[in-house]
Amino acid sequence: MQEKIFTRERLISLAIIITAIWFINFAQTNFDEYTIRILNNVAIFIILAVSYNLINGITGQFSLEPNGFIAIGAYVTAILTVDADGMLYQYDIEDPYPWILALQSDFGFALFCSGTISAILALSLSFPVFRVRGDYLAIVTLGFGFIIRILAINSPEITNGSLGINDIPEASNLYWTGGLAIASVLGITNIIYSKFGRAMKAVRDDEDAATAMGINTFKIKTMAFTTSAFFEGVGGGLLAALLTSISPDLFSFFLTFQLLIIIVLGGLGSTTGAIIGTIFVMAGLEYARFLDEPMNILGFETDAMPGMRMVVFSLVLIFVMLFAREGFMGKKELTDLFKKKKAKK
Amino acid sequence: MILEVSNVTKKFGGVTAIKDTSFTVNSKEIFGLIGPNGAGKTTMFNIITGNYEPTEGSIKFHGQIINGIKPYKIVHRGIARTFQNIRLFNSMTVLDNILIGFDYQATYTYIESIFRLPRFFKEEKRIKQRAIEIMEILDIAQYADELSTSLSYGQQRKVEIARALAANPQLLLLDEPAAGMNPKETHELAELFFKIRDEFDITILLIEHDMKFVNKLCDRVMVLDYGKTIFTGHIKDAIKDEEVIKAYLGDFKHA
Repeated sequence: MQEKIFTRERLISLAIIITAIWFINFAQTNFDEYTIRILNNVAIFIILAVSYNLINGITGQFSLEPNGFIAIGAYVTAILTVDADGMLYQYDIEDPYPWILALQSDFGFALFCSGTISAILALSLSFPVFRVRGDYLAIVTLGFGFIIRILAINSPEITNGSLGINDIPEASNLYWTGGLAIASVLGITNIIYSKFGRAMKAVRDDEDAATAMGINTFKIKTMAFTTSAFFEGVGGGLLAALLTSISPDLFSFFLTFQLLIIIVLGGLGSTTGAIIGTIFVMAGLEYARFLDEPMNILGFETDAMPGMRMVVFSLVLIFVMLFAREGFMGKKELTDLFKKKKAKK
Repeated sequence: MILEVSNVTKKFGGVTAIKDTSFTVNSKEIFGLIGPNGAGKTTMFNIITGNYEPTEGSIKFHGQIINGIKPYKIVHRGIARTFQNIRLFNSMTVLDNILIGFDYQATYTYIESIFRLPRFFKEEKRIKQRAIEIMEILDIAQYADELSTSLSYGQQRKVEIARALAANPQLLLLDEPAAGMNPKETHELAELFFKIRDEFDITILLIEHDMKFVNKLCDRVMVLDYGKTIFTGHIKDAIKDEEVIKAYLGDFKHA
């Protein structure tokens, strides 16, 4: 049996990647600053959502830790890219440790460090974390997010405490965020469509049966957790360099909650769903700002209603959960949709 | 002799599920484990597969002690199982379900799968071909791309057996494979097991209630009752044995 090199799915994937690269290039040079900023945000959240989906949707381990790893990634990049003078000027509570001042690198390497440090931490964390399953796992990982935030507040020699780090060089542009979004989606999709991805899905569907088929479930969960932490760290680094100013409050549980909404809305376990969810939530919330402003509905003048878009957004969320409980995509991917159509013909 | 269970006792708190049980399974044999409900048959399976550790006694596979080894490592040594209630991976296709059995046999690494290096394609192609071969032997190849939940009960059974065979076992443990099947399906299943034993050159240890099925299939049986061995030998002798009749039908003398 000879397999074709250019299968339908591969051609579709290739076309999507080329379109995405072209779009990034086009957007960076032609769009206005506001749009580019939204696109940057969307790209970063695609990285975060797709990697969070790997542990939460694909492997089925309900963990609530991403804000912790995003915070670590953001702080690592901030510390590595802000120069010594800037740090001495900013650190008001305590003087920074000399080694913190000495750490300097360019943006690319800083992002790599963000990812690696998050991943190493995830690796060591998985030993206590994966002793528990289900609800207990959620609580343990939730605690981790809080610990990281409190550590950030209480170690001003490293993080400048609750004042946060400001004047981070604004290095994130669409080439970085979009490029890394494509790379992370590709990397994670490649994992999902390999024996490791199959094993992760097996762990989600039936952990005991997976063990009975010779899968080391602890190892598989750790792999998913560590990979997810790596990309969350990188995403955090990109976020720091986009916002140029970070503080512990930025990485509250709300960030995790937002990601959770994105992947549930898109469809738990679907990478395509995570991307669609991100675009819907991030760009949708931004462009729905007109709802907060005074409006003219069929001749009736309304006053400005700040927060109206959140009401509408919540309603949409409720309706999706009522009528499409699996989210937009369920567990399906874009390429599956094409496959289905072909089969019906 | 492929499997040697010696003096195994398993206690759950104050309850003794299995008491001082010993038996051996010969190579290429079909061995039946029978007994009334609650006799400790599934507990015995869980001990062999490493899910439970025996309170006393030892399990030897190919002469090596395997109790105390993690369940997934016992699979790597060559013992695979199916479950009493079918436990397929519901979100996956039949082919993917079976490929899970090949998980530890595909030798590419995590990095190789992320960057899609040549060994990934080579190994994936190899295990896919093997999976298709197994599906063809079990006559389920036409369902390869269907979701496992969309199949009938009997076909799902076959998929589960195929998945266990994919793990390349020398000893296959089947927990009530004929449960919920009609006589025709049961008959076909028995034929299938003979075919599997010959094609894959393996030993089968099975739990079953259907005596006709056991009679047709098993070379030797062991009868358990409340954790005790009450008979070991040929099935024809088992159904004449007084202890066995007592366990299944009750004691007539005192009735």
